[in-house]
Amino acid sequence: MKKNIAININGVEHRAQVEPRLLLVHFLREVAGFTGTHIGCETSLCGACTVLLDGRAVKSCTVLAVQADGRSVTTIEGLAQGNRLHAIQEGFWEEHGLQCGYCTPGMIMCAHDLLERSATPTEQEIRQALDGNLCRCTGYQHIVNSVQAAARKLGKRKATRAVAAD
Amino acid sequence: MYPRPFHYHRASSLKEAATLLAELGEEARPLAGGQSLIPLMKLRFANPSHLVDLNFIPGLSYVKQDAGTFRFGPLTRHAEVEHSEIAARIPIIHDCAAGIADVQVRNRGTMAGSLAEADPSGDWAPVLLTLETQVCCLGPKGERPVPLAQFIEDAYTTVLDPDELISEIAVKAPPTNSGGAYLGFKRCAPVYPSAAVAVQLTMEDGLCREARIYLAAVGLTPIRASEAEAALAGRPIDPQTTRAAAEAARATADPQPDMRGSADFKRQLIFTLTQRAVDVAARRACGEHVEVSHIYA
Ligand SMILES: Cc1cc2nc3c(=O)[nH]c(=O)nc-3n(C[C@H](O)[C@H](O)[C@H](O)COP(=O)(O)OP(=O)(O)OC[C@H]3O[C@@H](n4cnc5c(N)ncnc54)[C@H](O)[C@@H]3O)c2cc1C
Ligand code: FES
Ligand code: FES
Repeated sequence: MKKNIAININGVEHRAQVEPRLLLVHFLREVAGFTGTHIGCETSLCGACTVLLDGRAVKSCTVLAVQADGRSVTTIEGLAQGNRLHAIQEGFWEEHGLQCGYCTPGMIMCAHDLLERSATPTEQEIRQALDGNLCRCTGYQHIVNSVQAAARKLGKRKATRAVAAD
Repeated sequence: MYPRPFHYHRASSLKEAATLLAELGEEARPLAGGQSLIPLMKLRFANPSHLVDLNFIPGLSYVKQDAGTFRFGPLTRHAEVEHSEIAARIPIIHDCAAGIADVQVRNRGTMAGSLAEADPSGDWAPVLLTLETQVCCLGPKGERPVPLAQFIEDAYTTVLDPDELISEIAVKAPPTNSGGAYLGFKRCAPVYPSAAVAVQLTMEDGLCREARIYLAAVGLTPIRASEAEAALAGRPIDPQTTRAAAEAARATADPQPDMRGSADFKRQLIFTLTQRAVDVAARRACGEHVEVSHIYA
């Protein structure tokens, strides 16, 4: 009854034989070793376990590992390129978007989903995009500031790339 | 948190999924977005011994308009409806899609899964009931269209046989002089509304020609507020008629007290939400662009 699956995680294929009831979050943490994805509530409510499945934010505690077979998953570990943090990570660092950091990977993956869809979101859009993610520490304002900072950085980089391409 | 062990199957077409369900018997369930089924399985409230995953079947996720009918696929996710320009032509559908839970749940959960689940607090059923909606049910013996009003029999109970699948949801385009709104009161995003109201009004010469009002999360199934509809039909939409409709809706609601609030509190929510939804629906019916979202505590 076990299934052979292959999931592309952060660009690298991971193969394993798993029970169908294994949740994606447990596969990521316990089989593939990506412990950056956190487990908060385990009941689909807190968003700490959010990862990208084929580019879209999902709660990995509410997806079966077998459902990610043949698909690509991005976790918080997959955002930085070498030593260079992703713009959203830089935003959280510079704007103090975290205190204990428990919610942060989920917040960042959700912010990623948002900024892929909308490059210049309003504060309201940012709050709506993150409303499935709970933070016990920050009061959210610094998280919103962090995403705004990230949007500005990404916008600037895109403009620089466009100039360079001309 | 683990579900009980189960066998996992993948179908390559909807027809094959129905055949598999027939072979595997009543302990088998289809798996769509999993945003109701997986939480219930983790809590061991649902313990199917077989899951037939629909997610690997190509072509099931779409929003289309052909002539006077909008068509939603059996795997069309809430987020796809939320971002669809086609679906936005029926504002009440956009209100609903954008207000369900949070981004992550909307990225996975499906309209068909929501109708099949028939959760008393589910958003799609009350909204689609205000429109002319047919649910296409596909089984090993063939396909049958069922009007949505007959599709839901009770809380968590539909007319679907265990080997039947929703293969499409077809919604008749409302006339151009018709407008709707869906408004709920929610404690936070990733929860069902405490109460919600779906209103679709058709206006003619300044009068309401037809009103359809359904109340959500205040009964075992969506409740048609016929007396509230009667309070508007043939009349102008003004503060008096709107108030009369809201009072009638409050009397029709049949809420249970629970962690979302007392029965009286929910009835009062229905009163206020009906007033607001009627106002927005009437303005939209007259061509005004009005953006609304649920009210959060
Ligand atoms: C945190 C959270 C908050 C939520 N908040 C809301 C909310 O505010 N409003 C709301 O409406 N919903 C809410 N939901 C539920 C969500 O909308 C679900 O996505 C939806 O109810 C079920 O759709 P699904 O595709 O996930 O179905 P699944 O969970 O996969 O399936 C649900 C049921 O339908 C059956 N089924 C699925 N597809 C078909 C088909 N094509 N034919 C026949 N049977 C089928 C399954 O066998 C199962 O019995 C919430 C869910 C979560 C986890
Ligand atoms: S751990 Fe998945 S939503 Fe909380
Ligand atoms: S930083 Fe501690 S939970 Fe958000």
